Amino acid sequence: MSNDVFRKSKDGAFYFVLGVIGLVVLAGLGAAFYMEHYGHVVTGMTNQIVWGLPHVFAIFLIVAASGVLNVASIGSVFGKPVYKARGPLAGLLAIAMLAGGLMVLMLDLGRSDRLIIAMTYLNLKSVFALNVFLYTVFFTVVALYLWTMLDRKMHAYSKYVGFAAFIWRLALTTGTGAIFGFLVARQAYGTALLAPMFIIMSFSFGLAVFMIVQAVMYSWNDRVLDEVILHRLKNLLATFVAAVLYFTVVYHMTNLYFAKQTAFEHFILIDGGVYTNLFWFGQILLGTLAPLAILFHPGLSKRNGWIVTASMLVILGAFAQLYVLLIGGQAFPLSIFPSMVESSSFFDGQIHTYSPSLPEFLLGMGGIAAAALITAIAAKVLNFMPDDKHHTVSH
Amino acid sequence: MSNDVDNSRRKFIAAGVAGTAGLVLAPGVTLLDMANARPAGEAASSTKRWGMLIDSTKCATGCNDCVTACGKENGVASTGHPETDPQWIRKIELKEVKSGKSHSLPMMCQHCAEPPCVDVCPTGASFKRADGIVLVDRHICIGCRYCMMACPYKARSFVHEEHDDQNPDVPRGKGCVESCTLCVHRVDKDMEPACVEACSAGNHGAMLFGDLNDANSEISKRIATYATTQVRADLALNTGVRYQGI
Repeated sequence: MSNDVFRKSKDGAFYFVLGVIGLVVLAGLGAAFYMEHYGHVVTGMTNQIVWGLPHVFAIFLIVAASGVLNVASIGSVFGKPVYKARGPLAGLLAIAMLAGGLMVLMLDLGRSDRLIIAMTYLNLKSVFALNVFLYTVFFTVVALYLWTMLDRKMHAYSKYVGFAAFIWRLALTTGTGAIFGFLVARQAYGTALLAPMFIIMSFSFGLAVFMIVQAVMYSWNDRVLDEVILHRLKNLLATFVAAVLYFTVVYHMTNLYFAKQTAFEHFILIDGGVYTNLFWFGQILLGTLAPLAILFHPGLSKRNGWIVTASMLVILGAFAQLYVLLIGGQAFPLSIFPSMVESSSFFDGQIHTYSPSLPEFLLGMGGIAAAALITAIAAKVLNFMPDDKHHTVSH
Repeated sequence: MSNDVDNSRRKFIAAGVAGTAGLVLAPGVTLLDMANARPAGEAASSTKRWGMLIDSTKCATGCNDCVTACGKENGVASTGHPETDPQWIRKIELKEVKSGKSHSLPMMCQHCAEPPCVDVCPTGASFKRADGIVLVDRHICIGCRYCMMACPYKARSFVHEEHDDQNPDVPRGKGCVESCTLCVHRVDKDMEPACVEACSAGNHGAMLFGDLNDANSEISKRIATYATTQVRADLALNTGVRYQGI
């Protein structure tokens, strides 16, 4: 009885939060309509920086979506019970974030109204078109996976569907990395390294998102996460963060070795202004070293609040990393005539400038809010709360 | 007297008939002339490969004739937003780092035989015609700008805002990507691209248009005789636009 009253009092707060998230989604949709109506001239994007802030948000969401599923995979594929209990929530977040990311990507198109064309005219040589296929199958496989995890009668199939989902998510992130990896023209891209790098980034970003959502859900339900579980998850996060750092070092060291790439590296690492700052302070210091310090600190790493802080820092670093890769990669001019100094009325040979605009930011936030909305509604309707029967502290 | 009047009337009628006949027949004669061009409805043929040779030694710094002609022909005008304004052709000024030797040349879509923009386009809107001209199908371009990320020549532009000064032969639209069409609407009428025509009209002679597949064409002969360059030849895209003098 008292439990009911308690739930009712929480209900009000739930709908309030839902309303706030809904408003952010609406703001995102409004921003997209504004951009669609006036054209991209109202954004910070130009003919030099053709992909802007919306793409940073969209790629974060898509990469994190595939990565968060890793939590479920460790449970189903590798048979770890602690992760098994978290499988449904991971699956839900995967679907929600992919939907949010694709929403941003679609609404940023010059012709968003041509969604049907995007889905029916497929150039199979295009890695973008391949991604449309990868996303669609991902939604289906993860939905099936959720079914096998949530429906007792289907449990027997969970391992097999989980395995398929695991393989597919690796393919999906490879596809996302290949969007950049297949670009021959620009110096920041055009390397196969980006495919595995995106996979390891997805492990890190996805787990960080999972840790935060899990913390919110436990706190909302006045439950405390067992220390042993928290310890395992934070160690895994630290491993992933370190692995991303490793890939980052390899990426830049390889570039530095190639004479034709040194000017680009000099730009990103030393005199690229905002990009250099975001790289060193955003990605490396705040997004990598600070969370590693917290996660390995003997005292702080035992506290839930600090682990959530570390996860938030990882996400901050993720945005910095994607901003540097996407925008910084475009800001450095194309080398059309290597060994010559170029100039033109089309900004050849110049560092390109980009100032993100409010509509772009709102559209990106709208995507995150859409993912949050899907997660919140689904978590309200179905039971996605991790079920660690023996570890849960009851109230 | 009456004979004079009759004569004058006859002359007048004869002149009138001749004039009318001229007015009626002249377009027909023009049509006969134009019949040498590829008829509408007939597909472009891979027996041809349209290309261009640009002699940078004849291209003067400050001369913008080709750019002006392209803008006029294709309705590409400045809107006062230089960073978002489309540019189908632009003049690039080059300076060799060591020697300081400078070059000036027009840069536009290089109409590659292996175009990266066509490879990456998710819908197939970016396509290459059988005769080598690389185009954007505005009906199925979704405005994703992936082709702009892929092009090594910065040849493509995204239409960032509404415009109402379109040339009927050259449809353009907000939210789609566009680039040099090699004046396909003129080429199909057996005419040269507007930039080449303007360069010749100005007696610069820096641009030559022709069929790279025809060994007897002026462009093929020049390429066979002189050292020419493909920009970013390291990418092995087999460009339709070649340069001489750089």
